[in-house]
Amino acid sequence: MPSLRISGDRKTGRYPIPGTIPGTAAGLGAIPTGLIKEVARELMARAAIGIPADFKAGVRELARAEQNPLSAFVLKQINANYDIAEADGRPMCGDTGLPRWYVKAGNACRTEGGFFALERALREATAESTREIPLRPNRVHPLTRQDHDNNLGTHAPEIQYAFEPEGEWLDLTTVHKGGLFGSDYRMLFPADGIPGIKKFFLDTMVEFGRRGMACQPAVVGLGIGGCKDTTMRIAKEAACLRPVGDRNPDSQLAALELELKKLGNSIGMGPMGFVGSAMVVDAHIEIAYTHTGGMPCAIHTFCFASRRATARLTPAGEVSFRDDPQWFTDYYRREGV
Amino acid sequence: MTITSIDQVTMDQVRLRCPVRTDDLRALKLGDVVYLDGVIYTGREGLYHRLLDEKQELPVPWSTVSNVNFHCSPAASPTEGGGYNVRAVTATASFRFGKWMQAFFEKTGARLIIGKGGMTSKDYKRLYVPNQALYLTTVGYGLGAMYGRGITGVRAAHWLKELGIAQAVWVLEVSNMGPFIVESDSEGNSLFELANKKINENLAEVYQGLPQPVLRRFGEETDRREEVV
Repeated sequence: MPSLRISGDRKTGRYPIPGTIPGTAAGLGAIPTGLIKEVARELMARAAIGIPADFKAGVRELARAEQNPLSAFVLKQINANYDIAEADGRPMCGDTGLPRWYVKAGNACRTEGGFFALERALREATAESTREIPLRPNRVHPLTRQDHDNNLGTHAPEIQYAFEPEGEWLDLTTVHKGGLFGSDYRMLFPADGIPGIKKFFLDTMVEFGRRGMACQPAVVGLGIGGCKDTTMRIAKEAACLRPVGDRNPDSQLAALELELKKLGNSIGMGPMGFVGSAMVVDAHIEIAYTHTGGMPCAIHTFCFASRRATARLTPAGEVSFRDDPQWFTDYYRREGV
Repeated sequence: MTITSIDQVTMDQVRLRCPVRTDDLRALKLGDVVYLDGVIYTGREGLYHRLLDEKQELPVPWSTVSNVNFHCSPAASPTEGGGYNVRAVTATASFRFGKWMQAFFEKTGARLIIGKGGMTSKDYKRLYVPNQALYLTTVGYGLGAMYGRGITGVRAAHWLKELGIAQAVWVLEVSNMGPFIVESDSEGNSLFELANKKINENLAEVYQGLPQPVLRRFGEETDRREEVV
């Protein structure tokens, strides 16, 4: 039986570049690795410095409605900071988060050197951008606290994949999510129903909203169903990968999204946990089919330093940047075979 | 005048010279908006653990550094000329450092702590007031670019090799850096707690009609008027 061990170094991540894979050479319809890395670096900078237009508009709308002077003052500074970040080319937040990657490919997409080369390009881009922008090297060993000062490590950055039935394109999205507060999981049951979800939502907002731990106003993602890992994952994707104003195509979920947004903004709490109204920029819900006996739920808050950037690459070398990651599609939410 | 209700906050604007003088601190009221000039230094687990648990000494005396400690670390990288490129900085949550504060005040003579979210009035009265120290909260909290503009120089980055960029002790020169908000006063009152008091009045109505979950969690905090820090 052949050994599963391949030669390489786990510590440095240096593994030999494999020989050419048929059909994955640049110029033969594969997306060049150099281009992937270059775009990935540009995405890292765009995410760290620029705020997506939809999010900025959402925060400004909340700021206009804010009546409390302390909360209004905070929102004014938040908006001013967005402008300073872009004018100076500085990261908008000193906690530059834990950079991660969402990779989506059309079924006919090929990348030069295959998946290995793609992952390597994303890891190289993460490390180089950390130094160049600069980002804060947040990633440490959880026990020894060792920091390589480049945001790389075991399982870091996270790289997540999804596919679409057609196309030769490759979509890259990076999300830089900071902070340690505002996410929670709870095993609810069918008997808890929608009131149970609302209470869990309120509990999380009140608990982490105090003193502004969740860095609100935030986009709140809610995952309902699946297994524990699925519900946590879709809650995070709902918060980080859907633009403000986007509604779930399921009308029941869309109505609940609007209801939760209203509920969150009626707590009487604003930014920093001051008295106010600006808590929730938007609420996004995603569901996953789950165990017949349970209704697991997860909440994820994407703070007002909401950092994401997306680009599409094609084999012809075209690159188009856009605000909407378009991560959730009919195909991604499919129910049948 | 001591602020005893969130509605009394006047958000007076103050410029404060760092290191700070305790006389200047005594005049600050909850909710005042503060901008800093002078020298401050960063600190988080790396500093507290190394200094107070491992009993390592900083290479220079604390009296030559500053008495203003900012719970944060910058988005920064070393430059080829041997300097540092520091672009953005925002605070980290301060409640985590509560267990070290008494020893820290004694060891370093710190008088002003800046961070995210503050501590409790119980901690202020027990730890801050006896040491004549105050707490300023950063605003937002993600105003990295705005605070970054206030940094005019890096005097030193102590323990950079030992702790890495994100935990090193950065001694920063700052000019008109801010805004910060006065969170604790010289009596040990907390602005956040005054906000909580008012917010709590509304919670029963917000939760109306929402029952307890069918399955409770062990050790769960069930009084929603309480805080978790």
